[in-house]
Parts: sequence; structure tokens; C-alpha cells
Amino acid sequence: MRVRHGELRAPELTLGQKIWQLNWGLFLLVAAATGVGLAMLYSAANGSWDPWASRHAVRFGMGVAVMLAVALIDIRFWMRYAYAIYAAALILLVAVEVAGTIGMGAQRWIDLRFFQLQPSEIMKIALVLALARYFHTLNFEDIGRLSYLITPALMVGAPVVLILRQPDLGTALMLAAGSAVLFFLAGVRLWKFVVAGAGALGSIPIAWNFLHEYQKKRVLTFLDPEQDPLGSGYHILQSKIAMGSGGMTGKGFIRGTQSHLNFLPEKQTDFIFTMLAEEFGLVGGLALMALYAAIMIYGFAIAVRARSQFARLVGMGVTTTFSLYVFINIAMVMGVIPVVGVPLPLISYGGTAMLTVMIGFGLLMNVYVHRDVRIGRRWSDHG
Amino acid sequence: MKPEKTRSKLFNRRAALLVGGQMALLGGLGARLYYLQVVESERYKMLAEENRINFRLLPPPRGFITDRKGDYLAINIQNYRLVLVPEQANNADGVEATLLKLSRLIDLSEHDVKRVLRETSRRRAFVPITVRENLSWEEVSRLGVNTPELPGVNIDVGQTRHYPYGPNMAHVIGYVAAVSEKELAASDDPLLELPGFRIGKNGIEKEYDLALRGSAGTSQVEVNALGRVIRELRRQEGQPGHEVRLTLDMRLQDFIGERLKQEKAASVVVMDVHTGAILALVSIPSYDPNAFSEGLRTEEWRELVNNPYHPLTNKAIAGQYSPGSVFKMAVALAALEHGIGRDHSVFCPGHMQLGDRRFHCWKRWGHGKMDMVSAIEESCDVWFYDVARRIGVDRIAEMAKRFGMGEPTGIDLSGERGGLIPTRAWKRATLGQPWHQGESLVIGIGQGYVLTTPLQLAVSTARMVNGGKAVRPHLALHDIDGATIQERRPDPFPDVGVPKSHLAIIREAMDKVVNGDKGTARASKLRDTDVTMGGKTGTAQVRRITQAERDAGMRDDDEIAWRLRDHALFAGYAPAHDPRYVVSVIVEHGGGGSSAAAPIARDVLEEVLRIEGQAVSDAGGQDGSGSGAAAAPVRTEGAG
Repeated sequence: MRVRHGELRAPELTLGQKIWQLNWGLFLLVAAATGVGLAMLYSAANGSWDPWASRHAVRFGMGVAVMLAVALIDIRFWMRYAYAIYAAALILLVAVEVAGTIGMGAQRWIDLRFFQLQPSEIMKIALVLALARYFHTLNFEDIGRLSYLITPALMVGAPVVLILRQPDLGTALMLAAGSAVLFFLAGVRLWKFVVAGAGALGSIPIAWNFLHEYQKKRVLTFLDPEQDPLGSGYHILQSKIAMGSGGMTGKGFIRGTQSHLNFLPEKQTDFIFTMLAEEFGLVGGLALMALYAAIMIYGFAIAVRARSQFARLVGMGVTTTFSLYVFINIAMVMGVIPVVGVPLPLISYGGTAMLTVMIGFGLLMNVYVHRDVRIGRRWSDHG
Repeated sequence: MKPEKTRSKLFNRRAALLVGGQMALLGGLGARLYYLQVVESERYKMLAEENRINFRLLPPPRGFITDRKGDYLAINIQNYRLVLVPEQANNADGVEATLLKLSRLIDLSEHDVKRVLRETSRRRAFVPITVRENLSWEEVSRLGVNTPELPGVNIDVGQTRHYPYGPNMAHVIGYVAAVSEKELAASDDPLLELPGFRIGKNGIEKEYDLALRGSAGTSQVEVNALGRVIRELRRQEGQPGHEVRLTLDMRLQDFIGERLKQEKAASVVVMDVHTGAILALVSIPSYDPNAFSEGLRTEEWRELVNNPYHPLTNKAIAGQYSPGSVFKMAVALAALEHGIGRDHSVFCPGHMQLGDRRFHCWKRWGHGKMDMVSAIEESCDVWFYDVARRIGVDRIAEMAKRFGMGEPTGIDLSGERGGLIPTRAWKRATLGQPWHQGESLVIGIGQGYVLTTPLQLAVSTARMVNGGKAVRPHLALHDIDGATIQERRPDPFPDVGVPKSHLAIIREAMDKVVNGDKGTARASKLRDTDVTMGGKTGTAQVRRITQAERDAGMRDDDEIAWRLRDHALFAGYAPAHDPRYVVSVIVEHGGGGSSAAAPIARDVLEEVLRIEGQAVSDAGGQDGSGSGAAAAPVRTEGAG
């Protein structure tokens, strides 16, 4: 193996060194958030580990194993297979699309017995990897040229369109937003975002026609949820009542009336933040948000310390994906944005999102462990 | 600068910007949370409580109705209901299996089974469904023994109105039934919206419904989003309905009901002449009010409505009959007021000629020479033809109205009708025809247009014999206004404005009707007592059956014969020397007043005096209630 640029290369790490290098601070933050999730799921079941908290714990355990495995695999492996993983995820998306058309209605997952594999969730990771590799390999000077942006735009566009067809508005928006962040970090000029944003706004009337009736209704009831308190606006209104009645310090653990008398819908999944805010009040809600903020800052700190553009982009990419989950979910339950089915990461009950998030944290740790590894333009450069 | 260096610097700058943006977003969400949980908190707390807490109404027990002595006429009895909770019976399949088991234990109609299954599919699984009401004690115990095999089956105890005396009291007490849409709209009492709530629909139950009803209690319960009750938070008991005590005497009422048994349609009213307290008010045939509170079937209802003897009509207050000769006292009083003295003499040849028309006396061969007293005693029609012709219909009508005829007496019982006292103006207004003198003659003997109710005859007779006080009838022992009950204040009845001397002549004549040698009711003197009664017989002609009626289905010979007979009337009072009680009797198509009505009146007054005698000894021996109760003959008021 020859050193191309004649620089000193960091020595290859042994497995033992890698484990020593793992970022345990990040792990503690993630475990703390999951602990909050377990407590809320325990409360959601009226003070019982069954049926949610216990299974959430098991999934977290499996997620930790996956996270560690992802973290310890050499970062160059992820670089090398980034396009392959992306291609696989795209094929799976097409597969559920076809199965959905043939089968019954909007099926979004593939049943793997333990997990219901949602290709759209896999795509969130795969797209980060693929875009990171693309921008890593791109000459920095070329990034200013529009023609070099066509390929990554298509890489984003294909899955977004497929997921929109499912239809899963929330995930599609998350993918698009997460990708935009990667474009931005890679150095794409700001005015191009302005143009793209204007184009997107201009196409809203056209997109509106492609929305399903229930999606239109969601947007409309979002605009005025209290208009129809027993129909579609019910969820948001009840969520706001739950949070508002929680007050400064909340009603107490397992004593949220809105949650436990079932006025609050989906309290163990999408509306779990509401339940937390009802039972622990503003104090509890802000504490959880602070925990999330710490995780995001941690992700930022890890990303900026990495030496390779690939690692940096992956680090910020997964952190951004994680923060999008948080923002969309919390903004939704507060009635700031329409009801879109996005879970609160690490806390909401549900397998697929947990897997995505833990793979994401695995990659973030991977970036931390391999922060000093230099990666050439082509993976082949490093043999 | 090397591109790599530029690239990482750009990255760092932009990543820092991004994280800054993320923190700002989180800050924004935190602010929103603050707004919801601190600024708007009170509003949402209230909304959460509204969500969580339901108010349930607790129906108060309905007040009892008693007679003057405290005998219960309307009570509430336990109604054992069989209810089924589908979710405890393993839902739909389980419900069917359970119903099958139930049908082996108790009577269950096909209709009930279908209804329960239909309700099971419609309602939430935790809502109890009533399978059957009014279970007998035997059925309850049979179900109790088999409870382990009947999941979800419960016995629920509710209350049903019960009338121990059944048909005997039906027309006075009335009945209760489910609230109608119209009643719901007219009232703002939330109780009426309770499913299964019953209110008074007739009689005293309707008249004093507010007092009997009581007010609702409330129970605050915590419910979940589906409406299932989690627990009771607070409970406030309601106000049970008041007991309403009547002036009625159950024993007398019962006696009269028994006495009228062989009659097809009749009515009797007994009243205190001084206070207007109704002691008995009977109308036959009657119906069973318990059937109404248990829920009447359509065919039972139809049968009651189509019955030719009109069991649903309270004939005592809503039956309008020609008073016949009972009307003659009013005519005589009008005559006295307009200068025709008691000595006014008319020769009765059995008829009177007016123009080309001949008006007959009931006595074909005539009464001979008649004056006022003998004309009443023997009920001579010709004497009254003559008087009526002299004074005219309007003066008669004016006098009749002063005595309470021609308009509702105002008794505290719904459905009262006013009767009709015709005048010249009335005929012009309603028929558009002038008055004929011949019609005055007919009015003079209480026939023609004139109509009165049995209650009016009792009231008018009372006013004639109580010294001319315009007494008004009432049934409630106390003053009841809405839901408040007070002691009844003695009513200062106004004077009817007739000289005592005129009334004395009338009383003398009515005394002779019973006690005179030629009196029409001389066969109905009081027996086994030293007191006597006075009164007046009446026989009201019934219009002939028309061809149309014959076509409408009255083919039965017996029925036609019955329908063609005259109504028999009698209005009387006792004791004759110091009247305290008045009785009015009408037997529909009973024939003559002296033969059919007077004997009933005699029997009733004998019973009244017997009961009064007992009351005197009771009062003396027991509580001595009411000052002077033992000394003077008991006033019908204040004995409670």
C-alpha cells in the first residue's frame, strides 16, 4: 500500500483500541433518553412493564448491539458500500411499492418477524451514506457547478417520490430536509437553496392535487384544529389540553388524566411527548428537550473533529436526521405543524425507528472512533 | 488555501450555523411549551376537567299520594329489572347463548330477544341492556340461584309507580308515563331527559307533578374517552318528591265503586258543602292505571279508546249532561229574584200550549194546582214552563252561572269541562239564529242546550244549601303551588248574592222532594238514622239514535236499548237540617232519577254519615286533632 500524498497516516486501530475509543458519553445520553422512554411507556400501560416498556427495553438492547457493530466496522467499509446500501434500500422501496399496488393498500413494511422492516427508514441512513460519499469524492471546486448537483438531486428525488407515493408525507419531508442539510454542509451556495425553495413553494398548488384526501384534511385541520373538535382536529386539541393542563410541574407520574382516560390518542407512540408534558409539566418537557439538545451538540462536536469529509458529512447527516425526528414530533404534538406520523426517537414505542436511530448513533460513534482516518477520493485509493 | 482546508472550514462554519439553528428551533418549541403549559394552562386545565368529569342525574323518588287519612293511593314499588352487560357475557356470541339460557329460566318473548341483540350490536359493550322489567320475586330468586352460569347478568332494582287501589282511583290519581317530545321542549328540568323517567300524565299525578317529582341529585363521575365510568368523585342527593295528601276518603270512594258495580256508566261526586273538599269522585267504567306505569301495549290502548263506555273519560268532571229537573232550583231562584214569589200558582193539566206547540209534563195527567215548593217537590214541568216563559232564558242563565254552572269549577284536576248555559247572545254568536220562546221553556226544565257536569251539580247544590257561599271544589288537602306545599288557608268564598230567604225556600222544597208525601225521591229516605237528606231528582232525555249511528255499527239490540234510555240524575245533601255534605249522582241511561239515581245518593250519604261518626270517635279517642274536633261535627278540613 502506498501513501499517495506522502503524509503520515494514522496507525490502523486494533479492535481493543476501537472499543476504548468508543464515545461512552454519547452512549450515556442515548441511554438516558431511552430511560425516559421506558418510564413513559411504563406509565402509558398504567404502571406496567407490559406490553410496551419491556419490549422497548429488549429492542434497545438489540439496538445497542447493532450500534456497537456499526461503530466498530471500519469507516472505509461504509464508504465503499455506501452506494450498494443505497441501491439495496431503493430496490426495497420499489418492492414495497409493487407489493403495495398488488396487495392491499398502503403497505410500508416488509415483515421480518422480529422487525417490520420499513425501507423508508433504511433509506434515511442509506441516503446519508450515499450523499456523504458523493460529496466526499467530488472536487471541491466542482461543487459550484450545477451539472454536478444533478446526480445527488436524483439520488434524493427517487426515494422521496417513491415514499410520497406510499403515501408517507412525513418521511418524505424528512428525507428531503435531511438531504438539503447535506447539500448545504457540502458547500452548495445559499442562493441555490433560495431558488430551490422558491421552486418548491411554486409547485405546492400542483403537489396539492397529488395529495391524498386524508393528507389534505390533515393540513386543513392543522390550520384550524379546534374547528372540528370531534373529528380530525380531535387529536391535536386533546394533545394541547393534555399539555396545557399539565402546567408547570405536571400531574404526577401515571396520573395524567388525559392520557390514562384515553382522551389522548396514540399515547405510547406519536403522542408520548404530550404524556410526558402532562405528567411532568413544563419542567419535564424542557428537561427532555435539553437532553435532546445535548445529543445534537454532541453529534456536532463529533462531526467537526473528523478529518475526512465523508466522516463529517455522515456525522452531521445522522445528527440532523435525529434532530428532524425530534422537531417534527414535538412540533406536531404541540399543534405547530400538521399531524404527521413521526415518532419521538428513543422514547416512542416502535421497532423500526429505534433501529434507524441506533444505526445512526452507530455511525456517529464510528465517525468518532475513526475521526483521524483519512480517506482518499476513491475508496480504491486505500486498498 | 488548500481546497481541503477550505472545505473543512466551510463545513465547520455551516455545521455551527446548523446547530445554532437547531438550538433556536428547540428554543422555539420550548417557548411554545411554556405558552401552552404556563400562559394558557388555566384554560386547558378547565377543558381537561370537562373531559374527565361527567355529571349524572340521580332521579329522586316520586312523592306518594294519600287519602285524607293517610291511606296510600300511589306509591313506588321495587321493580326488579334483568340487565345484561354484553362485555361480561363475552360479547355478541355470549349474549345469544346467555339469552338462550335465560329463556329457560324466565319468560322471554321473541320480541325481547331480538331487541336485546339489536341493542347489543349498537351500543358500547359496557352499557347495560335491559332484558326484562317487572320480574316477579320467584323469577328473581330463580335467576339468583343460576347466577354462576350467567355471566354479565345482573338484577337491577328500579322503582315503578304503583296504584294499590287500581281502577277505583284511576280518574282522580291519573297515572305516570314516559315524557313526550312536547313536554321535554316545554320544561327545562334536566330530569325529563333521563331515559325511562316518567311524569304525571293525568289526574293528580299531572296536576301536582312538580311537587311529586322532587328535584334531581347529581353524581360527579370520572369517565374515560369512551364514556365508561371510572369512579364516582362526588355525590349530592336530590330532594325526594313531596307527599300529596288528598281530601278524598278512600273508604267512601271504595264504597261508591262497589255500589256502582252493576251500572255500565255512572259518576258520583261527594263534597263538603262548606269547604269544597272533595270526599269522593267516582267515574265508571274505569281502567287500571298500573298498566300505564308498566307500559301499555298498543292493543290495550286501542281497546280503552274504542270502549263505548269511555273508561278513559273522567265523567265526574268531563261528562256533560243535560241536568234535567235538577236544573229547576236555579230556575226557581231566578224567578224569586225577578218577582215571582213562592206562591206563584200554575195549574198543570199535563201540558202547556205555546202557539201551536204543546209542551208536555212528565206526568201525563197533570199535577193540578202547583206553587214553587210543590213544583219542585213533584218536579212539575208545566209550572217551570210558565216561569221560564215569564222571566226568559237570560235571567235563568245568569242565575245558573252564579251557582257555578256553565264554566269549569276550577277543581285541581286536569281535563275538566265547563258544560254549557245558553243565552240569547250565545245562540246568535254560535248558531247565528234568534232565540225562540219555546227554547226557554225547554231550558226551564234543564233540557235543550243546557249541559252540566256532575261536579257542577254538586257545587251548585252546595252553594244553595251552605248559606249562599260560592264554594269551590278542591282535592289537595294542602295548598300546593309548584313544588311548595303549605297549610291550606280557609278560603273566604264570596257570596253568590241571593237572599237567605230565597235559599230557605229552595231548601224547604228540596227537603220535601225526599221527605214530603209526594216527593219524587220519597222512596229514598235515609234509613236507620234520625237525620234526613234533601235533594232533587232529574231525568234527562237522550236524543234519539240517528240512522247514521245505526249504520256505524250499533247493531246490538241491547246496546241500542240502553243508549235510548234517559240519564238518571240526583243532587242531594245531608243532614237536611244542617247540610254538611252534598252528593251528585248520574247514571248514564239509567232511566228515571228517582228510581236509578236517588237510591245511590241515599246509600252514599248514609255511608258518609257513618264514616263521619267514626271519625268523631276516632278523633276523640286518639289524637284529638283540630280544636273542637270532638265537640262539633268534624269539619272535613283540618283532620289531617
